[in-house]
Amino acid sequence: MNWITARRRHPLMGYAVVFFALVAIGTLWAVLAPNADRAEARTQEAGATQQDLAAGQALFEQSCSSCHGIDGQGRNGMPSLQGVGAAAVDFQVSTGRMPSMNPDVQMPRKPPVFTEEQIDQLAAYVSTSFGGGPEIPASVDPDEDYARGDIELGQRVFMSNCAQCHNFVGQGGALTGGRFAPELTESTPEQIYEALISGPGAMPVFDDETLTPEEKLGIINYIVTVRAEPDSGGLFNLGRLGPSSEGLVAWTVGIGLIVAAAMWITARQREND
Amino acid sequence: MSQPTTPPKALGALGTYLDERFHGSSMLRTNMRKVFPNHWSFMLGEVALYSFIIVLLTGVFLTLWFRPSMLEVEYTGSYAPLQGVMMSEAYASALHISFDVRGGLLVRQIHHWAALIFVAAILMHMMRVFFTGAFRKPRELNWLIGATLLILAMVEGLLGYSLPDDLLSGVGIRLMQGVALAVPVIGSYAQMFLFDGEFPGEAIIPRLFTVHVLLLPGIMLALVGAHVLIVWIQKHTQYPGRGRTESNVVGTPMYPAFAVKAGAFFFFVFGFTALMASVFQINPIWLFGPYTPTSISAGSQPDFYIGFMEGSLRLFPQWEPLIFGHPLSLSTLIPALVIPGILFTALMLWPFLEAWITGDKRQHHTADRPRNAPTRTALGVTGITFYGVLLLAGANDLISEIFYIDLYLTTWIFRVSLIVGPIIAFIVTRRVCLGLQRRDRDELHHGYESGIVKQLPSGEFIEVHQPVGADAAVELRSKVASEPLEIRTGAVDENGVPDPRTRSPLGKLRGAASRWFTRDKVDFDEHDGGHGDGHAAVEEGAGSGRAAVSSGPSDKH
Ligand code: HEC
Ligand code: HEC
Ligand code: HEM
Repeated sequence: MNWITARRRHPLMGYAVVFFALVAIGTLWAVLAPNADRAEARTQEAGATQQDLAAGQALFEQSCSSCHGIDGQGRNGMPSLQGVGAAAVDFQVSTGRMPSMNPDVQMPRKPPVFTEEQIDQLAAYVSTSFGGGPEIPASVDPDEDYARGDIELGQRVFMSNCAQCHNFVGQGGALTGGRFAPELTESTPEQIYEALISGPGAMPVFDDETLTPEEKLGIINYIVTVRAEPDSGGLFNLGRLGPSSEGLVAWTVGIGLIVAAAMWITARQREND
Repeated sequence: MSQPTTPPKALGALGTYLDERFHGSSMLRTNMRKVFPNHWSFMLGEVALYSFIIVLLTGVFLTLWFRPSMLEVEYTGSYAPLQGVMMSEAYASALHISFDVRGGLLVRQIHHWAALIFVAAILMHMMRVFFTGAFRKPRELNWLIGATLLILAMVEGLLGYSLPDDLLSGVGIRLMQGVALAVPVIGSYAQMFLFDGEFPGEAIIPRLFTVHVLLLPGIMLALVGAHVLIVWIQKHTQYPGRGRTESNVVGTPMYPAFAVKAGAFFFFVFGFTALMASVFQINPIWLFGPYTPTSISAGSQPDFYIGFMEGSLRLFPQWEPLIFGHPLSLSTLIPALVIPGILFTALMLWPFLEAWITGDKRQHHTADRPRNAPTRTALGVTGITFYGVLLLAGANDLISEIFYIDLYLTTWIFRVSLIVGPIIAFIVTRRVCLGLQRRDRDELHHGYESGIVKQLPSGEFIEVHQPVGADAAVELRSKVASEPLEIRTGAVDENGVPDPRTRSPLGKLRGAASRWFTRDKVDFDEHDGGHGDGHAAVEEGAGSGRAAVSSGPSDKH
């Protein structure tokens, strides 16, 4: 340890210690940060019993009717739930968007308020009472099947249909009118599929004519694969936000370190001047 | 102590050997004793130089594998999500460098980080030169060379960014095409010429490649050489201080001390760049996918040095009047060509403009302290503010997303701050400079606050002021009185006739500009009672210690 002892009082030592501490913390964080992949398979509402419907109705009247109305017709500018279907309800409630806390702004993704079972009951109730809507085809279970989606196809379709709002790796982006396309870092394959067919908020609907189920699975596989990919070329991916964050880092970290070195090199001379 | 440092014997002998053969009239030995002043801000030019070298070296490595071709190929490399995707050879080879060439990704990342640091360092260096007035006579031409280098560096970066033909670079090329098209009359011919046909065509990438790796680096290398040579010949400016005069340079002799420092500093710059390249991912082209004209991504930004142009494009309102039945796309033309054009013309002409305004034809070898030239400093900060607002506006979508502000609202905020911000910056900076001058004056006359508090017998507490040291006094005193020039004062000659130069409209304008430029003054001598200490220190002359004093520039001119 002589080596260390000799250099402990070196003027740069303080910076070095801070630097290595920062690197260590960063690495730890990268390793330990909560991983968003909680693949939750959800059963379709097909097997809903009378009991489920009753439970769904109770939940709906309690938590949703204040805005969407007892009859699901919507009121005071709140959207009607007529014909939205089970997939839309599952998407909205399982991503924590509904029940909304503030109907005037776009709801961000939050932990869901209800359990899976309750969500299924709600979805069953809304689709049977107010009319069904677009659903995930019975033959497709996104959480299982996305892996057979064609990534190459998905990449192309994603770039030409989704990237303009959600950015090239699904980091999201701003839209007009205070709306924003959210990050796709946490959506489960099923939620992605549901978002595509229900077109939440400002997002367009991508029905089977616009994008075939094959293309949808391809997109999902692309999203899931790319976001799970380890970052080639560095511990830090700078938010995958593109050149803006890179410029910021060049000015802060890069120029910062270099100017510090310049000060150090010239300051040493000063003492002996 | 103040003797010039003599190079070690072996080197001296080498110098003599070469001089005898190349008839340098002991040129080499003189040059080894050249002096470089010590201040961190004088190293910024070096940072630019070193990162330029790094960019060149890594760039050569990349050309070994990069294929500037727009031929469609199927990707078969080892990056799985793109396997089977059709793409240009350029993009495929950039992916190949990233995933299949040993060290390729690291070198690509060093190249890109070094390019960012290069331009950032140029900007910092330029600010240093500006705020210290180092562009004044006799260094105006070097300022011009420098500004040309800045523009070339930006273009060079933009072209490099466009080469890999990924989605983001394609968006950049598309933008260039749009700007070319917007030029009145020749627009569509210009774009047909550039792209050798319709957009995107087959020719643009090979052409950009030639310009990026051959033409521009060649020109830049020559200009950098001239730039540094001129610094060498004219010698470096220095901050005012004891023993420093207009006719000497105090600092570290070129050999050995400065050479060692400069060498070490090169490795610092290289080391930090390499460190960043290994820790921070940059331009992950594989995530963007190949360019297709139908796709565009949210958050498509250019590298930061083009950001101000992107910002001005985003802020400028839609405005396309019909001229003789042809739409004139002012909403592209003005923000993309006119605004940068004005910005850079002003930048290049500034040394000449300032000389014209102040009528100052003296040689300057000591650097101004920014506070001592309040109007210039304020103008500089004004420019930086304007540029900064444009730069931020170029990322307004990210700002809107991160801070939950409506996108249109950010546009309006930026439009207003683009006009109000610089004005406020000007006023505030000028005030701050004057305040600092006043503080300097007080310190000079009453000493500095020592932090020692004394209680007087009367019970009153006072803080003891101590006279500033000789070194500091010289620095504080360094404010060169701006001479009252005829053009400014509207002086009359001995017959009472006003100088004819002040009567023409241009002369009046010049007088007004000049009065404005030098209006605010803090008079250092207003109650000066023989504080001779500062001057005495200067006359003592030569710096002490290891500092060497080389012959001054004045004996050359
Ligand atoms: C505070 C008021 C409020 C409450 C409570 C509420 N919602 Fe909503 N809901 C909204 C608003 C506002 C929207 C429109 C959101 C948008 O456009 O971004 C919406 C949209 C929806 C949609 C999407 C409609 C479509 O056209 O795609 C569904 C489905 C939905 N809500 C279901 C529910 C359910 C189920 C509940 C109860 C758990 C609920 N909401 C509770 C206000 C509310
Ligand atoms: C016009 C812009 C736009 C386009 C194009 C678009 N989206 Fe969206 N997307 C949105 C918006 C806005 C939301 C948020 C809706 C809300 O919360 O009310 C959203 C939400 C989503 C979500 C839910 C994210 C979450 O919180 O879990 C997914 C998944 C999604 N989009 C996938 C896609 C895919 C895949 C495509 C391409 C086929 C696509 N989007 C195209 C605007 C867009
Ligand atoms: C490729 C980019 C550039 C390189 C490599 C470069 C390099 C250098 C170096 C090494 C020095 C001496 C050290 C220093 O003062 O920092 C210098 C001085 C100088 N540079 Fe640059 N420079 C560049 C761009 C510019 C720009 C953009 C300007 C202004 C528009 C500029 C204006 C000057 C001036 C006037 C000096 C003399 C300064 C003095 O003596 O105090 N340079 N440059």
